[in-house]
Parts: sequence; C-alpha cells; structure tokens
Amino acid sequence: MTADNAMPLHWPEGDVTRVPYGAYSDPELYALEQQRIFRGPVWNFLCLEVQLPNAGDYRTTFVGEMPVIVVRDENGVINAMVNRCAHKGALVCHKERGNSRSLTCIYHSWSYDLRGKLEGVAFAKGVRGKGGMPADFDPGLRELEPLRVEIFCGLVFGTFSPETEPFEAYMGDAIGGFMKRNLNRPLRLLGSHSQILHNNWKLYAENLRDSYHATLLHTFYSAFNINRLDMEGAITLSQKGWHSISHAKRATLRADKEYKGANVHATKSDSKLAGPQLLKSWEEFDDGITHSIQTIFPTAAVQFILNSLAFRFFVPRGVDKTELFWIYLGYADDTPEQTRMRVMQSNLTGAAGLVSLEDGCINEFVQRGVRGSETHSAFMEMGGRDVASSEGSRATEVAVRGFWQGYREIMGIA
Amino acid sequence: MNDARARIEDFLSDYVHMIDDDRLEEWPEYFTPDGLYQITTQENYQADLLVGILSCEGRGMMSDRVWAAREANIYEPHRYCHLLGRPRIDKEDTGAYRVRANFTVVRTMQNGDTGIFVSGKYLDRIVFEDGEPKLKERRVILDSRRVDILIVYPI
Repeated sequence: MTADNAMPLHWPEGDVTRVPYGAYSDPELYALEQQRIFRGPVWNFLCLEVQLPNAGDYRTTFVGEMPVIVVRDENGVINAMVNRCAHKGALVCHKERGNSRSLTCIYHSWSYDLRGKLEGVAFAKGVRGKGGMPADFDPGLRELEPLRVEIFCGLVFGTFSPETEPFEAYMGDAIGGFMKRNLNRPLRLLGSHSQILHNNWKLYAENLRDSYHATLLHTFYSAFNINRLDMEGAITLSQKGWHSISHAKRATLRADKEYKGANVHATKSDSKLAGPQLLKSWEEFDDGITHSIQTIFPTAAVQFILNSLAFRFFVPRGVDKTELFWIYLGYADDTPEQTRMRVMQSNLTGAAGLVSLEDGCINEFVQRGVRGSETHSAFMEMGGRDVASSEGSRATEVAVRGFWQGYREIMGIA
Repeated sequence: MNDARARIEDFLSDYVHMIDDDRLEEWPEYFTPDGLYQITTQENYQADLLVGILSCEGRGMMSDRVWAAREANIYEPHRYCHLLGRPRIDKEDTGAYRVRANFTVVRTMQNGDTGIFVSGKYLDRIVFEDGEPKLKERRVILDSRRVDILIVYPI
C-alpha cells in the first residue's frame, strides 16, 4: 500500500505550512498514528529513574494509548514491557506503582519475572492429572511484549522499533547537549499532577513548539518580563526538525514598540507583584538563558522557566482528549533556599500556572473551532515556510513546521 | 468552644459563598497577612512532596492571583458551586484551631455543562485575630491528581 492512497485527508505535497484540520479529529488517522508514530522509530518518555529507586519498583504508564510497565529488576536494570498479559490480555499491573518480586496477572495467576519472561502458569499441569496446558506449550513464546529502553540524564525512554536510533543520536548534539545542561545531575522529585485537555494530542505538540503564541496568549509572561520576544533568544531545531529548543535571556529585554501596539493584549498592565517572592530567582547558568522549552518528539518537553525545572509529557486519551503530566524537579544538592524558589516558581506552570493555564483551553478552542472544517487547513507561515533553526527571532512557527516535518516523515505523507 | 465552633462554621460558609459569588477580591482577607494557601493532590500530600498545583504565601501572592484571574489570564467563563461537609474542629494548645472539612466543587461552564470539578478536603489552621477568624493555613487536598482543563479561581 502506498502512503498516498492509504492516508486519510488531503496533505498538500511537501508543504509543512498546511495541515488539514481533520488531522485533529479523524479516527482513521488517529489509529494509524498509534501504529506508525507511537510504535514507530521514536523514543517515548516512560518515567524518571528517580521514580524507581529500588529493585522491584514499578510504575505503569502509556505509549500512545498502549499501557506499559516500567520496572527495575534485581540487577538494577530498568525494563519496560506492554502491560498486557500474554494469556487473555488483561492488565498485569493494575496499580499505578508499587514494588514486587514478580509481575502476576490477577486474572489467572500467570506470573512473569521483572524482565517480562513467563515464570509460572497456574495449573499448567492441570489438577489431579486432568486439564492443563498442551504438552507442546512453550512459556518462552509467551512473554510480555518488551520495549527497548534507554536512560538519558535520569529520564527513561522506550521504543518498540528496532530502527530507532540510539537516544543521543535521535536528539542530536545541540538538543542532547542542552538536555545535559539541564538534567545531567541527580534529580529530586518535587511533585506532579496532570491536566485533561479536550483536544487532539498534536495540538499540544504544536503548542509546545509555538514560541509565537507564548507571550501573546500568556500575558503574565510579558507583564512581568519573564519571557518576551524582544529579549535575545532563538529557536534551535534538531537536524530533521523533530525536536526543538526555544530560549530567551531575560537580562537582554529591549522593550520593543511592537508590544505597545494596541492590539497586543499582552501588555495592557505593568502592575508590580504584591507577592514578589513568586519570581525570586537566581542565575543558575552562565549562558544567560533564563527561559527554555525543549521538546522531545513526539510527546515530551523539558521546561526551565527562571529556576522552575519541570518535565512535561502527554498521553493521547482518544482523538479529542489528551492528558498532560507535569513533573516538577530540583537537583538533589539544592539548598533549602533554592528549593523554596523552585517551589514558588512552580506557580508559573501546571494546571493553575500563571503563564500556562491558558493552554488548558486554547487547544480545545482550536478543536472546537475547526469542527465542520475538516478539509480546510491551518496556515503556518510565520517566520517563513522553511524548517531550520531561527537564530535571531522567535516570532516564528518554524518549530511547529519541524513537528509536522517529523510527523509526515514517520507517517509516510509525501 | 461552642461559640468558636459556630463562628468557624459561619466563616467556612462565608469563604465558599465569596468564591461562588465571584467576590474574589475579598479572598485574601480570609487569611492572616502571612497566611498560607495551597492546592495539592492527595498523591503529593501523602508523599510529602512540596509542589502541588498552586501555592500562595501571604496575602500579596493571593491578590496577585486575583489580579491575574481578572486581568491577565484567559479562559472560558465558568462558575463554581462549593458543597461543604460538616467540619471537624479541634483546639490546639496554641489557641489556634485545626479544622478539617470535605468539599465538592460543581463547575458550570458558559455552555451550560455542569459537572463535578473537584472533590477533596480542606486542612485548615484558623486563628482569631481581633476577634475575627482568619486562615493561618489552608491546604486544599484534591482527591484526584488530574485537573479538568484548568484552575484559575481559588477553591
């Protein structure tokens, strides 16, 4: 089958500035993504290494819609497998996390070791010599379906595809290097929660890469000079455009006249904070970067906003529903004062985040806005029509086009 | 204690009616000047994790939240209806009161969708300042780790 006649919707050839609105609601496309993207040549975020400190610790998560177990075995190795019993397909782990010496399906007590190998089948030899499995039953053929796992900077990733490149090559030097800047030290988990977005997962993937909207929609950003397009900044793309970094340097604010334009809602107030401890911060790095959002194709990102370090990942829960997880982090060697600043700044993002809560609804507004217009297309030519790093300006949709370039490549859309 | 109980119960009722009636500008006044307000999840609370969903230290941070809700943040209009359970009230040796009460918040969106938004418990420390009850601490512990759409109004 060729991509062209199998692919739902009309995709103008080679044009990453256009996306048919039906891409956010088409059930056939959604099903195809589960196979081609999530089981395809990508690294999916599974959990943090620090969430599995001990042998036998496990967590359940999702790759696309598929339920997955991540577990640390007796040798300290982290393994991942589909959370689906090789017998009838029931969830093997029905709790979100725990500690266990083996993984046992509660339905018929099939039991697996921490690598997913089948160890025991209840009544395999029958009862009183009757029943039981056929003589040629081979437990070696009935394991939990494994994922290949890689750990990078304390983050655990998994992939189904043998073709996925090693993680560092997948990210590329520039983006992988920035991840090391942010995460290559022992991490401390500060807290987490999640948020339901009533929109297709790709709208949030775009939203994360959309440096154009950030200071327009999230007016708290510009009102308090946390992130503005008139600060020095850039968009860095990985070689194929799949992953991106948007960064800004707060100390370089120029207060350009464009923000004073009457139509930019973002600057209608210059109020001072009554509780300035919200933004109390320190310079953690000597590169001057005080704001960054780094995306990892397809469904993850690292944020570093002032000192607020967090990992975000999102899980499709249906064609028009997405669960967004926020995991707040510090470093194991943070001082109490540094921890306190990270805790205060965590108010900026999350489901109630002063600079992020709008994303809880804005993607839903697109989902609702395009209803009935499935054959019309989004128009994304801000900053040009190309997919290349943007050194001077973040008034661009280049990283969003990069996402679509990656998506089309993997999906087989010409 | 009976008088204090009656006053605390009235105070807790006044708090939820203030939010349901959209009089958010009064919200910081329910706290002592250095009062603590947090929204977190049962999961974070049980694990003693420091970051929940929202955290305000002092009335200043609360009034910034109100300013943001009115002026900066953008969201679809909606309203809350809080249903409050009968509080358990215990007096501490310090003279402050430890108060625990269950709540449910029903949210109504502008299109008429009405549904349960959050449920959980308030864990409060209440002191009397100049004869008036004030929240020294209010920890809002949500049962679920998952928030539908967003939280912009206090709970």
